[in-house]
Amino acid sequence: MNSDGNLMDPEYKEAVISLLFQLADDDFLYSFRGSEWLGLAPHIEADIAFSSISQDSMGHAAMYYKLLEELGAGNADDLAHYRPAPERRNSILTERVNGQGYYMETPHFDWAYAVARSYFYTQAKKVRIDSLCESTYKPLSEVAVKMRMELYYHKLHWDTWFKQLLSSTDEAKKKMEDAIKLVIDDFGDVFSYGKQKQQIESFGLIGSEEELKAGWKENIEPLFASLQLKVPAIPDHPVKNGRIGEHTRDLEEGLSTLSEVCSADITAVW
Amino acid sequence: MAASVEISAVRVHEVLLNVKDPEIDSVSIVDLGMVGEVTTDGKHVKIVLLPTFLGCPALDIIKKNTLNAVKELPEIGEVVVEFAFNPPWTSDRITEEGHKGLREFGIAPPPRHIKEDGTWHVDCAYCGSTYVTMENIFGPTACRSILYCKSCKNVFEAMKPVSTLM
Repeated sequence: MNSDGNLMDPEYKEAVISLLFQLADDDFLYSFRGSEWLGLAPHIEADIAFSSISQDSMGHAAMYYKLLEELGAGNADDLAHYRPAPERRNSILTERVNGQGYYMETPHFDWAYAVARSYFYTQAKKVRIDSLCESTYKPLSEVAVKMRMELYYHKLHWDTWFKQLLSSTDEAKKKMEDAIKLVIDDFGDVFSYGKQKQQIESFGLIGSEEELKAGWKENIEPLFASLQLKVPAIPDHPVKNGRIGEHTRDLEEGLSTLSEVCSADITAVW
Repeated sequence: MAASVEISAVRVHEVLLNVKDPEIDSVSIVDLGMVGEVTTDGKHVKIVLLPTFLGCPALDIIKKNTLNAVKELPEIGEVVVEFAFNPPWTSDRITEEGHKGLREFGIAPPPRHIKEDGTWHVDCAYCGSTYVTMENIFGPTACRSILYCKSCKNVFEAMKPVSTLM
């Protein structure tokens, strides 16, 4: 195999593209939901941190879309903005709204949910990125090395928030436990590779679903043990599987908000 | 017959010393460690830049400024500037000159050492005191943190250490 995997093999290329869409759409939606907290986080340090993490994550999504562009899948910006919901491959966890109300009106967002989603998502991203550093597709392993260094700070941040809220007042604990339940209910597709599972795994693009799940559990176990909590079990069957294009209404609404400005004048140059 | 023009990598390097970080005008992209490789072929030049943080909005500006600066060279041919990820940019690529420039700007340079538990320490960018506290690991840009100096009572920024060991 050459250094870029075997792109001459159409099956290999198709598997790379399929995985890249999952990675790109995950970070794209995660960073969008994160950016909706701008000006709303509990205090200014949290606000700055979340904005910075969202900016990094949007940068990661942009890198994945760029890799897709290089594989002839289409223009990176178009892939980010103009693909309708059924074509998206993100986990449903990343598309969920932050709570009730709209950002532009009266948002009643749920900070416990933001912390729980970010904590579990970042932990999942950590095992994925570690595995991608060993990918047979070299352009992907190279960006993964870069992303891992940025993710280090994200993980530090969300680990701290997660631990502190769960070690806080009874009210905070209750809110966190409710939020964890919501997050885990949506976690069934996070480690799914959808229809291309077999190819993605056998070409060595990333570790298997099972390996990653086990790694995720192993990584979070010490923190849960220190809080005297059990690691929640990932559902065997996802409610909806975003990796095969099953999504919630939240995604459609999110995408129309996200793309509102660029859709207003698609010929404009930014 | 005119002699064919040869642009040397050394000459290009000199030009790149004048391309500054758009937000920190005391530090060049060379001293930030962002220049990965310069190759020349006759009068054509290719420059590979290493991005600091992937979501950094300054990257496109840096790319454009690099291109424009090198194009100023007399009798220059084609100039290509591209970003690459190998080797990855790490904060230890910042040169001594870069550290000096950052301090001049009021930003503490990234620490050379990170402790085993992942913590790190920098001294105040203004007074050099070691009596500082971390206000926020995240700062006004992706690459900076916000600290507070208990000696001179100034808030200051530090470049985050970034390493492949993370």
